[in-house]
Amino acid sequence: MPECLRTGFWPHTFDGLTLGSIYAMIALGYTMVYGVLQLINFAHSEVFMIGTFAGVWMLRLYGIHSPVSGIELPLMIAAIMVPSMAISGATAVALERVAYRPLRRRGAPRLAFLITAIGASIFLSNLFFIRIPIVGWTLGGAAPVQYPELIHRTAVFTAFGYQISNKQILVVVTMLLMYLFLDRFVMRTRAGKALRAVAEDPEAAALMGVPIDRVIVTTFLLGGIMAGAAGSLYGLFFGQAQFNIGFIPGIKAFTAAVLGGIGNIRGALLGGLLLGLVENLGVTCTSTAWQDVIAFGILVAVLMFRPTGIMGERVRA
Amino acid sequence: MRERLARFQATKKGRTTVAVVIAIVVLLLPHGFDDHWRAVFVDALAFSLLALGLNVVVGFAGLLDLGYIAFFAIGNYAFAIPTAGSYSKGLFLQGGLHLPPVPHWHDWMWLLLLGAIVAAMVAGIILGAPTLRLRGDYLAIVTLGFGEMVRIVARNLDSITIGSRGITAIPHPQIPYAPGHRYLFGLAPVGYYYVMLLLVLLMVGVITRVNDSRVGRAWHAIREDELAAASMGVPTVRMKLLAFAIGASTAGAAGMLTAARVNYVSPDSFTLLQSILVLAAVVLGGMGSIRGSILGASAIIIIPEYIRSRSPSFQDYRFLIFGAILVIMMIFRPQGLIPSKRRAIELSGEVAMPGKGISDGPEAAAALGEVDDGTP
Repeated sequence: MPECLRTGFWPHTFDGLTLGSIYAMIALGYTMVYGVLQLINFAHSEVFMIGTFAGVWMLRLYGIHSPVSGIELPLMIAAIMVPSMAISGATAVALERVAYRPLRRRGAPRLAFLITAIGASIFLSNLFFIRIPIVGWTLGGAAPVQYPELIHRTAVFTAFGYQISNKQILVVVTMLLMYLFLDRFVMRTRAGKALRAVAEDPEAAALMGVPIDRVIVTTFLLGGIMAGAAGSLYGLFFGQAQFNIGFIPGIKAFTAAVLGGIGNIRGALLGGLLLGLVENLGVTCTSTAWQDVIAFGILVAVLMFRPTGIMGERVRA
Repeated sequence: MRERLARFQATKKGRTTVAVVIAIVVLLLPHGFDDHWRAVFVDALAFSLLALGLNVVVGFAGLLDLGYIAFFAIGNYAFAIPTAGSYSKGLFLQGGLHLPPVPHWHDWMWLLLLGAIVAAMVAGIILGAPTLRLRGDYLAIVTLGFGEMVRIVARNLDSITIGSRGITAIPHPQIPYAPGHRYLFGLAPVGYYYVMLLLVLLMVGVITRVNDSRVGRAWHAIREDELAAASMGVPTVRMKLLAFAIGASTAGAAGMLTAARVNYVSPDSFTLLQSILVLAAVVLGGMGSIRGSILGASAIIIIPEYIRSRSPSFQDYRFLIFGAILVIMMIFRPQGLIPSKRRAIELSGEVAMPGKGISDGPEAAAALGEVDDGTP
C-alpha cells in the first residue's frame, strides 16, 4: 500500500462513504430516468440544487439559529427533509411536463432531448442566481447561502482511530433507508412493476395497458424525491446552498450511475459509494485540486472499457 | 412588397445583389463604430467561427459536444505559452526547460495560427478516437468531462499556464507584408476583424464543400442511422473523427486569434457555460445550417451587448435567457431560425414512430427513409 494511502486510509474511507452516499442518492434519479426514457437528465443536478435551497428555506421558516438536541433533532430533520423532498419532486415533475413531454409527444430525436435537458439545467441554476425583476428579490444570489447550524457535530463512536460524527451517520443511514424504500417500491408494488415494464419495453408495456405517462411522471417524482433528500442532507452536512452547487455533485452522481451500470438501481448505490471512496482516497495521494479530474477520469475509463458498468444495464433492483 | 422581395431574392440577379449588399456592409462595418463595438464585432466573428465548427460536429455529424470550448482554450494556450514574455511565462518554461530566447516568435503569426490549429486538432483526435465509439448521450457527458478537465488542468498546471492568474502580456501579432515592413495589429480591433472575417469566409467555403461531398453524405447517413450507415460501408468512426477534427481545429484558430487580441488567457474563461453558449448559437441559428450558425453566433454576442449597453444589469440574465432559448427552440422550432432543409425534416420528428418514448435511431430512420428530401 503506498504511503499516502496508509496514513489517511480510514478517515478518507469514512469521508468517502459519506460523500458517496450523497452521490448514490442523486445517482438513483439519473439511473431511473435513464432506465425508463434512455435520457440523461442533465437538469437533475438542478433538482438537487433546489433541494439544498429548500432545506435552508425550511430552517428559516422554523426560525432556527442554534443547534437543537434530544428528541427535537430527529423531528426537526424530518421536518426539513420532507418538504425538501416534496419541492424537489415537484420540480422534477414540472420539468418532465414542461420540457420533455412536448418532445416525447412529437417523437423528437435524442439530440433534441439532450439539448433541452442542458438548457433546462442552465435555466434552473440561473433562476437561483438572478435578481427577479419587479419583486426585486433573489431565490439564491451569487454568494452561497449559509445554513444555520442545526446539528451540533459530535463524535458518536471511534473506529480505526477515527471519530465518526453524528452527521456522517445521519447521511449514511438516511441514504440506506431511502434506498430500501425505493427498492421495495420498484420490486414490490404495482406501480413499481409498471415502471420495470416500461423500462424493459415501452411499446409492449403500452399494449398491455400500462399508462406510460403516469409511469414516467412517477419516475421523475421518485428521482426528484431522492435528489431533494440528498440536497437537504448535503446542506445540513456542508452548510451551504448556492445556485451552481448542483453541477459537480450532479456530474459525479452521473459518473456513479454509469459506474454501477446505468438503469440499474442497485448499481447506482454501489457506484455512488465506490466513487466517493476512490475519489477521497485518490485525493490523499494527489491534492484536492485534482479531485474532480479523478472522477472525470473514472467516467471516461468506465465508458470506454465497460460502458455497461459494474452491475450491467437494466432496470432491476 | 414582401412577396416581391422574396421573388427578387429567388432570381440569380437578386441573390447576387443581396450578397453584394451584405459583403459591403460587413466590410465597412468597423468604420461606422468605435473601438468598443469593433471589439464586439470581432468577438461575434470569433464566436461565428466557433459556431461553424460546432455546427460540423452537432449539425452535420449529429454528435453532441458539450466540452467544445476546450478546443478554443487549447488554441488560446497554444499561442500564449510560446509567445508570452518570460516574466509571465510559467516557472517550468523559465527554469526547467531553459528555452532559448526566440526574440520574434510573434512575427510568425501564420505559423503560430497553424500551430494552434494543429494543437486543437490533435486534442480533438485524442479525445475523439477512443470516445466516438460511444453512444451519443455518453459522448455528450464525456465531452463535458473533457471540457472541465482541460479547464482544471490549465488551472492546476501552475508551472506552465500560471494557473488561475492566467498568462498576461501575450504579444500582438505582426504580419510582414513587404520586405522591411510589418503590419502591427496592436490593441485596435480593426486588424483582427479582417483576419477573423477571412477565416470565417474560408471556413464557410471549406465546410460547404465538405458537406456537399461524399463526407457530407456520410455524415447525413451516420446522423440518421449509424448502424445502417456502417453496414453500407461508411467508415463511421473515421467520419465522426473527421467532424471532430474539423470542429476542434476551427475552435483552435478562433482561440489563437482571441488570445492575440485580448493578450490575456485565463482558465476561467473556458467554463461549461461557454460551451453551452456556442451550442445555443448553433441551435438558435439552425442545426446543420451554415448561415444559421453565423447568424446565431452574431445574435448571441451582439444583442446582449446592445441590451447591456442600455441596462448594465442585463449581464446577470444572459444565461437564464440562453437556457430558456435552448428549451423553447427544441419545443417550438427545433430546426432553428434559418433551417437546413434536411435537418428540419429530421428534427420535427413527425415522421418518427408515434407512441414510442424517445424515438430510437432505427425506427426514426426507417420512417425517414420514405421522406424524399430532394437531394440526388
